[in-house]
Amino acid sequence: MIAAAQAPQWLGRPLADVSWPELGLAAGLVLIAVGISRWQGAGLGRQLLWGAARTVVQLLLVGYVLVFVFDLDRWYLVLAALAVMVAVAAATAARRQDRPDARLHGLMALAILVGSGFTLVYVGGFVVSVDPWYNPRYLIPLFGMIVGNAMNGATLAAERLSGEISARRGEIEAYLALGAGVARASREPGRRAFRAALIPTVNNLMVVGIVALPGMMTGQILSGESPLLAVRYQIVVMFMLAGAVAVTSALTTLWYRRRFFTAAEQLVVPPAA
Amino acid sequence: MTAGHPEYGAGVAAPADGAAFTLRGVSQEREGVRILDGVDLGIQTGRVTALIGPSGSGKTSLLRLLNRLDDPTAGEIRFRDRRFVDVPVRELRCRVGFVAQLPVMFPGTVRDNLSEAAQVVSAPEHELDARVARAIALAQLDPALLDRDAERLSVGQQRRVTIARALMTAPEALLLDEPTAGLDPPTAGRLLETVKRLVRDSGLTVLFATHRLEEARAASDETVVLTNGRVAHCGPTERVLAPGGPAAHLSFSAGSDET
Repeated sequence: MIAAAQAPQWLGRPLADVSWPELGLAAGLVLIAVGISRWQGAGLGRQLLWGAARTVVQLLLVGYVLVFVFDLDRWYLVLAALAVMVAVAAATAARRQDRPDARLHGLMALAILVGSGFTLVYVGGFVVSVDPWYNPRYLIPLFGMIVGNAMNGATLAAERLSGEISARRGEIEAYLALGAGVARASREPGRRAFRAALIPTVNNLMVVGIVALPGMMTGQILSGESPLLAVRYQIVVMFMLAGAVAVTSALTTLWYRRRFFTAAEQLVVPPAA
Repeated sequence: MTAGHPEYGAGVAAPADGAAFTLRGVSQEREGVRILDGVDLGIQTGRVTALIGPSGSGKTSLLRLLNRLDDPTAGEIRFRDRRFVDVPVRELRCRVGFVAQLPVMFPGTVRDNLSEAAQVVSAPEHELDARVARAIALAQLDPALLDRDAERLSVGQQRRVTIARALMTAPEALLLDEPTAGLDPPTAGRLLETVKRLVRDSGLTVLFATHRLEEARAASDETVVLTNGRVAHCGPTERVLAPGGPAAHLSFSAGSDET
């Protein structure tokens, strides 16, 4: 290891504690934001306060849940936590669409599960050797990042697919009228939806470290880890996200397009909601 | 081919060479609106049939049903005496070409457009040139246009491209929705001549929609008059549209160009 030869003195010092009164002091920044909102007449004061309150409650709860799961250290609890993450992500992605029915929820959940699960198994199995296999300290934060990105991929892919299919009715029906199958007729909308879903990921790969320091890397550095190890973890994370978003978006475009066609391969575009 | 069909009785012509399409009690509703209302009809093989009627009379809806882009809400359609639902939909669409009113070009050249259609029916590679040659000859499309960007052609040329493209699957019947829409009268006249020749040279069955009586007179053997989703008259064009005939008084043209 690079750092082993002569360990710099800043390495491995524990992170400074944040006490409750200090947390209260930090809330002063939210009050400043509220004050500015009033002054500007933006009418966001209540939402800022409500958002800040939710932040406190949600994060504290998650903190306790994580401590609980880490302490018990049971594989089934870890898997349950991962399942909840997928379900919430699928519901969020589906709600953004025009017809968020049960089938769409299921489709999204499966796409996110396959895309994220595959990536997690790949990384956990071959790249970062996790021991034991269900070690929650690795699996939960890694999976959280994967699922969050897969969710955005699924949302963008589905939204764009729906828009492209409506906009390209004429082209799709021209293909169908010749006797082409759904796959051929909707190839262009599918291609565009997949592209749209992947562009944010590609952008991130391009600018990471220059425009923004990723949160996980920042966290590792703050907690005293060598930036060189933190960077290597971040590279793994970036690749992982690219894989998960690609698989999830591809599955979403592949499966979701079927819903715009009948069994007799007729295009049905529902009226815009 | 059987001579007519015993089940379809009155009002349905029974030509010696049989019906390409037979419709019985075909209705279609969309969002609670009845677009076609109990249509009984036989479309004869190897002839040009004009489907005339005002805007909103259901012409486009009827043509879409015959390519199975939509299904009727009631009634039955047969193609060469097979129930539509019994023919695999892709096979049906290859055998029954549909040319929409608004030409949609696929990306690329005219040749790309045509070979795309050949790929749909998995036509062998070595047959491609012969198919293209036949399709553009039948559609009377200038071979010099083959390597031009399809998007940049005029509407009249694009209409011929869509007809040639539909012919690439070697269909037995061709449905044309307002093939002369947006064309100036000389261009429209030449296109109708092409349609007539198509039937004469290839034995195709053609059904074309129009709201112009003179187009039906000029190009069709049979005429079906559709009003409010019902068949008002049908039969040989010279009878239906004869001076003093059942549909001679009709006029849909004025300002009713559907787009």
